[in-house]
Amino acid sequence: MSTNLRNILLFTIMGALLVAVGVIQSANVALAILNLCLISAIMTLGVNIQWGYAGLFNAGVMGFAALGGLAAVLVSFPPVPEAWAVGGSRAMLGAVTGALSIVLAILAFKMIPGGRRLRGWAAAAVALSGVVLMRFILDPAVEAIEAVEPARTGFLGGLGLPIVFSWIAGGAFAALAAWGIGKIALGLRSDYLAIATLGISEIIVYFLKNEDWLARGVKNVNGLPRPVPYEIELQKTLWVQELAAKLDFNVIELSSIIVKLSYAGLFIVVLAIVFWLSERALKSPWGRMMRAIRDNEIAASAMGKDVTWRHLQVFVLGSAVIGLAGAMLTTLDGIFTPASYQPLRFTFLIWVMVIVGGSGNNLGSILGGFAIWFFWIEAEPIGLAVIELLTSGMGEDHALRLHLIENAAHTRLATMGVVLLMVLRFSPRGLIPERGK
Amino acid sequence: MSFLQGGGLYGGYGGADILHGCSIGVDKGEVAVVVGPNGAGKSTAMRALFGLLDLREGSVVLDEKDISRLPPQERVTLGMSFVPQNANVFTSMTVEENLEMGAFVRQDDFRPTMDQVFSLFPVLGQKRSQPAGELSGGQRQQVAVGRALMTQPSVLMLDEPTAGVSPIVMDELFDRVIEIAKTGIAILMVEQNARQALEIADRGFVLVQGQNRYTDTGQALLADPEVRRSFLGG
Amino acid sequence: MTDILNALVLLANFVLVPGLTYGSQLALGALGVTMIYAVLRFSNFGHGETMSFGAMITILTTWWLQEKGITFGVLPTALLALPVGIIATVVMCLLFDRVVYRYYRREKANPVTYLIVSVGILFILSGLVRFIIGPQDRVFADGERFIMKARAFKQMTGLDQGLAIKTTQGVTVVTAIVIVALIFWFLNRTRTGKSMRAYSDNEDLALLSGINPAKVVAITWVITGALAAIAGTLYGLDKGYKPFTYLGLVLPIFASAIVGGVGNPLGAIAGGFVVAFSELLLTFAYKRVIAYLTPGDWIPEGLVQLLSTDYKLAVSFVILVIVLLVKPTGIFSGKTL
Repeated sequence: MSTNLRNILLFTIMGALLVAVGVIQSANVALAILNLCLISAIMTLGVNIQWGYAGLFNAGVMGFAALGGLAAVLVSFPPVPEAWAVGGSRAMLGAVTGALSIVLAILAFKMIPGGRRLRGWAAAAVALSGVVLMRFILDPAVEAIEAVEPARTGFLGGLGLPIVFSWIAGGAFAALAAWGIGKIALGLRSDYLAIATLGISEIIVYFLKNEDWLARGVKNVNGLPRPVPYEIELQKTLWVQELAAKLDFNVIELSSIIVKLSYAGLFIVVLAIVFWLSERALKSPWGRMMRAIRDNEIAASAMGKDVTWRHLQVFVLGSAVIGLAGAMLTTLDGIFTPASYQPLRFTFLIWVMVIVGGSGNNLGSILGGFAIWFFWIEAEPIGLAVIELLTSGMGEDHALRLHLIENAAHTRLATMGVVLLMVLRFSPRGLIPERGK
Repeated sequence: MSFLQGGGLYGGYGGADILHGCSIGVDKGEVAVVVGPNGAGKSTAMRALFGLLDLREGSVVLDEKDISRLPPQERVTLGMSFVPQNANVFTSMTVEENLEMGAFVRQDDFRPTMDQVFSLFPVLGQKRSQPAGELSGGQRQQVAVGRALMTQPSVLMLDEPTAGVSPIVMDELFDRVIEIAKTGIAILMVEQNARQALEIADRGFVLVQGQNRYTDTGQALLADPEVRRSFLGG
Repeated sequence: MTDILNALVLLANFVLVPGLTYGSQLALGALGVTMIYAVLRFSNFGHGETMSFGAMITILTTWWLQEKGITFGVLPTALLALPVGIIATVVMCLLFDRVVYRYYRREKANPVTYLIVSVGILFILSGLVRFIIGPQDRVFADGERFIMKARAFKQMTGLDQGLAIKTTQGVTVVTAIVIVALIFWFLNRTRTGKSMRAYSDNEDLALLSGINPAKVVAITWVITGALAAIAGTLYGLDKGYKPFTYLGLVLPIFASAIVGGVGNPLGAIAGGFVVAFSELLLTFAYKRVIAYLTPGDWIPEGLVQLLSTDYKLAVSFVILVIVLLVKPTGIFSGKTL
């Protein structure tokens, strides 16, 4: 009971903070924060499934989120027929060649008789010739595709389906990638797994940045379709105008609030589903087994549990949730910007959320996602206010004061670090600790 | 009261007690051997004397000075030296460097001591520039003992020094142990090879469940039919 | 004959010189990571930011010196300022160890906990650095820009291809050699250095030999801090200082340390050069080299490049992943100093 009360209190405080921002700054700001809080919470749930349930340190969150973003583009953007005409089939052939060479390399490693070293070299030779062949097929196609109206498209486009489908696709993309990554990397020691996943996520982002034919690379994909109405259209409708008049609101502001609320509604539904499923999984025999493996891997494997297979399951599931959240994020932004995927923001910040919220507790993850995102955004105005207060004694244009004010935004990084260290030291189980421990 | 004396020792590694009031002691120039069945707390008792676990009760006295509360490093400076059973050499360092590290607490010139070690274990002199990890099991034990001798200790403690070495190597090692004891060093040794160890022992302790079952000279223990039947395999 | 010389100079100019420079920077960074791993036994994700911090202090000191009109002749003023950067970084490292890491050592925390803690420090340092110096690009190299200019080289040798060596490149390589020699002398010849190796090899036995762990840990941080400040400054001198790039450096540095065998100083250095040269060799366009080496006037059609230059940094990540998967212990299979 008391823990319940405590949790209700914590979430109430969180809600009150958001409301306070709505009152002090504006409803729009508060809702913008809320929407990203919701997405962060889902991402955090995904990491929690891996870390909290199974003790896997996945430092590749950024890569899976980026794959979700890619899914948003590939599902929702209308196809570019000209690009398909000039290089579509050849690009597909190239992609198939690439995939085949990977499969063949794996087969070579598994099938060829002989020592590990020999098989390794054979696999490497197969992979290398596959790459050369793929480049030979792909390169002209890429050049042709990227030449199609490079300022606007220059890529193959997507399927032109409603963008909401991409959320599922994003999960699937990430799950598929996680399966491959997990297959090769999960046997590694915990800190090596972290470094390997961090490296792989960098490779994924590099790929997205440089393969323009796929999703325009650093030129970004603008104007993704939305699952909710556009502000401009809302402003033209009668009910919005009437509502604005009744509430004494600016129509433009109201339309923007309605759009954000619609997003929030969608996100809350997804969050609720993911949370419910995560809780079900955690409480199921499967979840208990996962935690047993986490707490004592050796004992669990001695009892005949297939630890590697279980780890792969949990790694794929968690990554799928991260991919889902990644697709939602790109949907909300309406733009896919590969260059924006930074490990600090997309991997380490999510980790702060998990640790601060409480590893192994789904409710904690949601709270962590909310609280950390809130302070990530609000640390800037708060830091600025603090600095202005502290330096109010100095002259208006004192060099130090100006410098501090100019760089106030960066205090949020340091704040996150301090919060993380404080929680680790004084409350290592987080705001809402794992139950039954 | 012996030169090194642990009395009424109670304690363990955080959980239940392993030691239940055993007493162990050794005098300068003597070889004392602790034997007993598996899990009797032999190694634990030795580690307790060196301060590697927290004593709940009991005291350790060295040269009439109570050292029960001193950390292991300070016991090293007081002249105690300990050779653990496993991982008792710096495998990536040369034999010479191992000995040098043994002398780490010394500020004076330790070359003469190193030469003494080399004359005690001539093979180490030949292999002084080789990494200790590349030596055979018996040679590693020599490095381990040599490292412990570098502080010029008054007490040398050996935890199962003959574990995993051939009988020939064991005999040779025991010969060296006697030689070391003759220089006036007190030697306390935990041994699995009870019979052979008691043969060179001035004092023997038979521990069972963390308590002294028999305490006598090595020869007396070997002659005791009870001890022979229960602990020495007839 | 001239063609072969031209081809060699081309390779030297675009692969050898930049590779030696970048390799030295990576090697110094990887040495720091490896020291921490060998003694404190965790992967320090904050090392890139530590380098950034050291470079920042050096830059601030350089500016102050320049304001006073003090320069270092043909050499960059930053070399004069470097000792201040080193001291500040060492103090910072010791402070973090005292306030943060020591607690976890006493708790005997597992490596992942340390890793998360180092992420916290990464956040703090990156915030601090951006707060103090701002996120902009800073070029702080001064003095003579070139040791050898391409034009001068052409005139001297009469070849078509020029070889340019920047002062910062020369400074980087020379400093790296001096520092590495010092580190190896320290580890293999001094009592304190040997005690560090002993501690890294066998902590319990080091304790039994009377080696003071607190002192070993402190010295490790001193060396790591100094290495980080030097590596960070050299990298900034050569490529321009921007706080953002230092987080990205962590992975190539880890790659270097792991390729050589993490915990092994020799491996860290070898790894740095393996990574640097792999990046350059895989993304170098061999077109002109082949043109020189083949008889007649034939010139290959494409660039003859294995990977596009866009993927330069990705090469190190790929190496990292491959090594982790194929031989996680690295070339030199080290875990100890």
